[in-house]
Amino acid sequence: MKFHELSAREIASKVRSGELKASEVLEKTLVHIKEVDGQPGVLGGISLSTKEENKVHAFIEVTESLARQQAEEVDRKVSVGEDPGLLAGVPVSIKDIFCIEGVRTTAASRILSNFYPPYTATTVAKLQEAGALIVGKVNLDEFTFGSSNESSAFQPCPYNPWNPSCAVGGSSGGSAASVAAYEVPLSLGTDTGGSIRQPSAFCGVVGLKPTYGRVSRYGLIAFGSSLDCPGPLARNAADAALMLQVIAGLDPRDATTTVVEPSDYLAALGQDLRGMRIGLSPDYGHIAYPDFETGEVTYEPLQAEVSRATRDAAEILARAGAEIVEGVPMPNSRYGIPAYFVISRVEAASNLHRFDGVKYGYHTTKPVKDLNELYRLTRAEGFGNQPKLRILMGMYVSASQHSANYYHKALKVRGMIRNDFVQAFDKNGKYAIDLLMTPSTPTTAFKRKAVFGNTVLMQYSDQMNVCANHAGIPAVTTLAGFDARGLPLGIQFIGPEYREDLVLRAAHGYEQATTEAAWRSRRPVVLGQGKEQA
Amino acid sequence: MNNYEIVIGLETHIELNTKSKIFCACNASSWNEAPNTNICPVCAGLPGVLPVLNQEAVLKGARLAAAMHAEINPRSIFDRKNYFYPDLPKGYQITQFFEPIGKGGYVDLELPDGGTRHVRINRLHLEEDAGKTKLEAGMRLLDYNRCGVPLVEMVTEPDLRSADEAAQYLTQLRQLLRWIGVSEADMEKGHLRCDANVSVRLVGSEKLGTKTEIKNVNSIDSVRQAITIEAKRQIEALEAGNRIESYTLDWDADTGKLRKMRSKETEADYRYFGEPDLLPVILTEAEIQGIQSTLPEMPLARKARFVSEYRLSTYDADILTSERSLSDYFEEAVVAYGGEAKTVSNWMMNDLMRLMNSQGKDALSLVLRPQDLAEIIQLVDAGKVNAATGKTLLEKVETTGRKVSDIVVSEGLGLVSDDGLLRQRIEEVLAEAPNEVTAFKAGKEGLFGWFLGQVMRKMGGKADPKRSREILLELLK
Repeated sequence: MKFHELSAREIASKVRSGELKASEVLEKTLVHIKEVDGQPGVLGGISLSTKEENKVHAFIEVTESLARQQAEEVDRKVSVGEDPGLLAGVPVSIKDIFCIEGVRTTAASRILSNFYPPYTATTVAKLQEAGALIVGKVNLDEFTFGSSNESSAFQPCPYNPWNPSCAVGGSSGGSAASVAAYEVPLSLGTDTGGSIRQPSAFCGVVGLKPTYGRVSRYGLIAFGSSLDCPGPLARNAADAALMLQVIAGLDPRDATTTVVEPSDYLAALGQDLRGMRIGLSPDYGHIAYPDFETGEVTYEPLQAEVSRATRDAAEILARAGAEIVEGVPMPNSRYGIPAYFVISRVEAASNLHRFDGVKYGYHTTKPVKDLNELYRLTRAEGFGNQPKLRILMGMYVSASQHSANYYHKALKVRGMIRNDFVQAFDKNGKYAIDLLMTPSTPTTAFKRKAVFGNTVLMQYSDQMNVCANHAGIPAVTTLAGFDARGLPLGIQFIGPEYREDLVLRAAHGYEQATTEAAWRSRRPVVLGQGKEQA
Repeated sequence: MNNYEIVIGLETHIELNTKSKIFCACNASSWNEAPNTNICPVCAGLPGVLPVLNQEAVLKGARLAAAMHAEINPRSIFDRKNYFYPDLPKGYQITQFFEPIGKGGYVDLELPDGGTRHVRINRLHLEEDAGKTKLEAGMRLLDYNRCGVPLVEMVTEPDLRSADEAAQYLTQLRQLLRWIGVSEADMEKGHLRCDANVSVRLVGSEKLGTKTEIKNVNSIDSVRQAITIEAKRQIEALEAGNRIESYTLDWDADTGKLRKMRSKETEADYRYFGEPDLLPVILTEAEIQGIQSTLPEMPLARKARFVSEYRLSTYDADILTSERSLSDYFEEAVVAYGGEAKTVSNWMMNDLMRLMNSQGKDALSLVLRPQDLAEIIQLVDAGKVNAATGKTLLEKVETTGRKVSDIVVSEGLGLVSDDGLLRQRIEEVLAEAPNEVTAFKAGKEGLFGWFLGQVMRKMGGKADPKRSREILLELLK
């Protein structure tokens, strides 16, 4: 097995035992990143040579010296017999929406292109305490606003490791691509309406959105504060469980973190799937587009291979002892995207107010005659299209004359969506399922430039994911084969509040049941290219 | 000219005297500190950081609500009020709009004619303060030190009917805030700030006139002055047949003038929505009861009780209840003293208040405790020290911190009532003044006081006056 294919658990175990030095892991990782990642995203873009077409471009910045310091510290601890932590020596990439003290944190936006925060996000601090090596900041959609990474102000944006002409998804696209291309075994992403799971599915990795409040948001630059969830991206469920173990828990700096103690996620994977009731819902069998004027819903089928992957997975899970429950109604899921459009944009517009070019971040270089012009120019030049669109829409639907029809109505819909899940998971209810299984995305990865520019269509790429955000419940996506074009297919498990253990157990069980599948041995094309060049 | 009535509602912002700010660990108080030195990423609104609610602010806000007879909301919610202003670093203020911590409430004002004015509270909610903007040399200077200081915004219904009533409201509110210990309420330091909504209407009219809002009337005199000027302007405008327009006016305390800031029609839409970074504030029934039951007796009630229970004059009772610590001091001293409360009141109104003024202290910070005061009065009553010595004792205890009895003994301040010694000294006085003795005996009885004075002088003022008088009379016979 190649070195870069070591899992996070394998690396941590070897480093902890002294078999492998963290500094050695780091140097090999940096070499591999150099080989497959190519030109990092830069503000305003850069012209690329043809050999860059088969590179991943996941990173905005590789933080070599920071990672070296951490590797040295881990090695020192091991040498003197101190506990180096659960993630000792494990390279981790961080979505560039998390603040790290002294490390430029851009949110993939010009307006923060020069921002060096004086504090570190709780999640990143916990990773560092656990001995992880923070190897760099990876790309994303500007302020996480998108599902392809193409909206990043830092170009090139990441290319899909399985087919570089395809999008990585988003917004945690750099995270998903860096894990899929074996640059790192783990990445820290965020999921507001599918932003971990959709790119994970597009890139064929495991992506977990934990319960809202399970993982601290402190130091995460906010998008939709009532929806944002930090979470792990990994190449298998066990690594995701390990990372969740490290980042989960109450944070005195985030009032919305839960007092419910995290469970032992790795231990939960020891249990098999026997007796687990896994639901399938017809409402996740198509894309539903409610008409914005009439409310009338039209349905489009999912990509056939996507639907088939879910059916096949259900059979595999049934053979592994799970009980499949058909026909679980999720009637309000069709309103998931419209409600999300409203709620997330209201919060986003408010969260973006603070970027005025005065205290930090980009400041217009043009002469200004007054404060309003300073605001206007700074924000006009500093924000890309996505922030501007979301500010406009967010301000519109929360304006006093519209909020009853939009924002407050969307909140009601959100409650109804949550209730769909409560009913389905009710132990005394008709369905009494433990988990709901759905396709992770309506289609496999689309081509870059194919959807970008159509904000509504782009948003519908998150339809399978967004209801878990509305409901605040955990969901995980995992690889379930490939389509005819060689692009990853994903299945998603959605569970009740605080039951990350259950969704991870299902993903892990599915992995165990498919270890022998031929598609498990496939590797992204960007690795092949790298080998030829070497 | 027609007969007009002035209608006033006051909006007050009250800085709570918590240790730290409402959403971070910075000090709540940073008066006189260099600009932008009392800030952190949270109150400076940097990206990615989150507010964490200071429970002390909630409890003090609820305490104020209880003192205003407002219903304490068991589940209040923070909202975002969105607007751009340079001194608001997040671009939104965290406040309570839909579900404030207090609902309803009122305060009864004592009017000079002996009646009361019932002033209803329309809003009472918690929020964070913004920073300060200073215009200087063509620049806007920003100081974020004040960002995140906990505030209660309290708005009355338009129930006040004169500039004097508005001033009385503020005076009484300031006293109450200190009384229940939720704010220092120092208007000069901006702990208590006020905007006034003013309109006028014909006496007898039910309909409210168009109001103007006067901002920054931050002293009691300013409130009185600004309202008087504005009401006069409105009446004159109406009498001239003009309409009142809904302005916002800025009060300039230096020039004593009102300046038009903006027309109300262009007022921003704040796009309020629930603050997703904070959970609802839950107060259990037991907590609410605890807040209500630990409220002290209120100033007006205590004043009335001082009059009825201790037979103090209204004037004395008013002064002794001006601050809670002073009234507590009085009652503790009365208990320790055991005699006439009026005696304690006299000592406090004269000598103790003078001492407090000269020391620049309030009752709470005096070294001289109520028990010391009581002991001193008892010594005077018992003739063990004279009244003058008693008064100097107040200051001596205050400045040295020593026990009253120690000072009396070590400085020999006690009155001498030892007959032997007194008799000896008085015999000396008489022996030294044979002419006066002769004169006295010849009927010049007015000399008695002179003899007594000589005795006192000989004994350094410590002769027991009663006993001295008796012995002197006996020897002069």
